[in-house]
Amino acid sequence: MFLALRELAFAKGRFSLMGAVIALIAVLTVILSGLSSGLVNDGVSGLKSMPVSAFAFDEGTKTDNAFSRSVVEQEQVASWSEQPGIEQATAMGSSMMNATTDDGTQVDVAVFGVDPSSFLSPAVSDGRQLGAVDGLVVSETMREAGVEIGTVLTMDRIDTELTVIGFTEGQATFGHVDIAYAPLSTWQLIAAGQAPAGAPTQQDINGLDFNYSSVVALQYADGAEVDLAAGDAAANTTSKSLSESFNSSPGYEAETLTLSMIQVFLYAICGLVVGAFFSVWTIQRKQEIAVLRAIGAPVRYLLRDGVTQAALLLMIFTALGIGAGLGLGAAMPAGMPFALEGGPIAIAAALTITLGLVGAVISIIRIARIDPLTALGGNR
Amino acid sequence: MSQQTQQSPAIHNPSNTDSGLALTDVSLELGDGAQKVRVLDHVNLHVPDGEFAAIVGPSGSGKSSLLAVAGALSLPDTGSVKLRGHELTTLSSKQRARHRLQDVGFVFQSGNLIPSLTAADQLRMVNLLAKGPRNFDPMPLLEAVGMSHRAKHRPGQLSGGERQRVGIARALVTKPAVMLLDEPTAALDSARSHEVVGLLAQRARDMGIATVMVTHDHGMLDQCDVIYEMNDGTLTRK
Repeated sequence: MFLALRELAFAKGRFSLMGAVIALIAVLTVILSGLSSGLVNDGVSGLKSMPVSAFAFDEGTKTDNAFSRSVVEQEQVASWSEQPGIEQATAMGSSMMNATTDDGTQVDVAVFGVDPSSFLSPAVSDGRQLGAVDGLVVSETMREAGVEIGTVLTMDRIDTELTVIGFTEGQATFGHVDIAYAPLSTWQLIAAGQAPAGAPTQQDINGLDFNYSSVVALQYADGAEVDLAAGDAAANTTSKSLSESFNSSPGYEAETLTLSMIQVFLYAICGLVVGAFFSVWTIQRKQEIAVLRAIGAPVRYLLRDGVTQAALLLMIFTALGIGAGLGLGAAMPAGMPFALEGGPIAIAAALTITLGLVGAVISIIRIARIDPLTALGGNR
Repeated sequence: MSQQTQQSPAIHNPSNTDSGLALTDVSLELGDGAQKVRVLDHVNLHVPDGEFAAIVGPSGSGKSSLLAVAGALSLPDTGSVKLRGHELTTLSSKQRARHRLQDVGFVFQSGNLIPSLTAADQLRMVNLLAKGPRNFDPMPLLEAVGMSHRAKHRPGQLSGGERQRVGIARALVTKPAVMLLDEPTAALDSARSHEVVGLLAQRARDMGIATVMVTHDHGMLDQCDVIYEMNDGTLTRK
C-alpha cells in the first residue's frame, strides 16, 4: 500500500479522471438496475406476490402473452389437483381491460379472476376481502389514479360496473397494468360475453354455463418434488414454474433481455476501460518498476501493490457513483418504472468492482514481464 | 591507483576473495544464432571491501552487462560470482532479488528515483521492501548526502545532482556489501560529477563497501582506487 497510496496522491489528475469514468459507470449501473427492478415490478409484481409454485397453460400455448392466450377447462384443473405433490390447484382467469372510474378517469386493468376461497385470494391492506360478485380488490398503486374504496370501475364496451372493495398489500401489477382481482365467476361472466351492463348479480352468475378459465395455478406441498411433465401429460397442459411464467407477461422477456444486454455491455466496458487505464499506467511506470525490481522488490509485492491501487480506485469511485445514482434515482419521476432495491444495486456494485478489477489485473500482470535489466543504462 | 596495464584475468588481491566482490572466469553471451554476441569473455574481477573501482570502455563493450552479472540481475553462462565469499550464480531468482535488496546498492543514471515518492520516501520504500526496522529514520542518511533539507521534495522538484545524491542515500539504506554505480554522472555537469563521485568514494571507504562504477567520464577516475577497461567483453586493469 506504501507505493499505491503515494501514487494515487501523486497522480491525482489521472486517477481522478479514471475515477470519474468509474463513477459514471456506477451511476449508470444504478439507473439500469433501478429501471430493471422497476420494469420487473411493473411487469410481474402481481405474479411474484402470489403463493403459487407453478402455472399450467393449455398445451402448446405460445409463451408470449400466454396468460391471456391460454384457455383451460375445469377437467384440466381437476387433473392437476390429483397429481402427486400438488397441495392445491385452482383456476385463474386473466384478461386485459380498459375501464373508466366514477370521475371519468380512464384506467387499464389486468382483471384476474380467482376463487375467493382459494389460495389465490389476495391479502388486502385496506377494505374487504374478495367475495362480492361485483367487488374488486385492486392494486395499491391504483390509488395514484384517484381510485378509492367504493370507486366504481365501468368496463369499456360492455358497461359492466364493478366496485373497488379493497386494495392489495403493495404493488400488484401485470404487464405494466394494475391488477384488479375479481371473483372467478364474475371474470367468467365477462369472458363469456354474458356480463350485463351495470353491476352483475348472483342471478347472472347462476345462469352462467361457462367452465373455462385461463390457467391452472398450482401450489406444491411442502418439500414436494412435482413431476410437471407427468402432470402436463395427464392434463394436456404446458406448465411453467412461477419464475418461468414471468416470460409470459406481456413484453417482460423483451424488456428484461434488452436491459440485461445493456448491463452486460456496461460491465464489459467497465472492465475494458479500467484495464486500458492500468495498461497505460503500467507502461508509463515501466522504468520505475524496472528500477524497483532491480533494487530487489519482489514481483508479488509490486503486483499486490498495483492490484490494491486498482481496488481502492474502483471501490472509492464506485461508492461515489452509487451514491450519486441513488440520488438521481430518488429524483426519478413517479410515472417511470424505477425501483431502488438493495440486492440488485449491491450486485451491480460488486460486478462493477469485480470486472474492473479483472481488467486491471490483466494489465497489471505486465509488471511481472518488465525486465529489471532495463533499469541499467543503454550501454549494455 | 595503479597505472600499469595488464591483460585479463585481472584479479586484484586474489588471495582474499572472501572480501568484497569477486568475479572469476565469467562469460556471457547475448542474442540468438547469428546474432549471438559474447559480451563478457572470461572476465575476472575482485573488488575488496572499501575499494572503489571504475570500469571504463566504449559503448557496447560489456560494462553494463558486467554490472548486471555483478548485481545478480543476470546469470553468467559460465564462471563464478561471489560476494563476501557467497556464490551468487546458484541462487534462485527469488533469492537473487532478496540478495539485491539486502546486499547490493544500485545507483542508476539520473538517480532513477520513483517520481511519486519524496526523497525521504525513496529511502523508506527500500527499508520497507527489505523489511528493515519499523522506526527507520531516513534523515541521517539524507543528512550524510547533504539532502536533509530536501527530504519532502519529489524527484521532479530536485536538480540532477540532488536526485543523484538521493539515489546514493537510497543505495545505502540496507548498508550493502557492494555498490554498483551505472553512469552516476551521466546527467551531471563536471562540478556536480566531482561532488557526487567524491561523495560515493567517501561513503564506500567509510562504510567498507566494495564499489564498482561504470562510467564514460574519464574526469572522475582520479577519485577511484583502481581502474579497469572493458573492450569487446574483455576486462583489463589499467
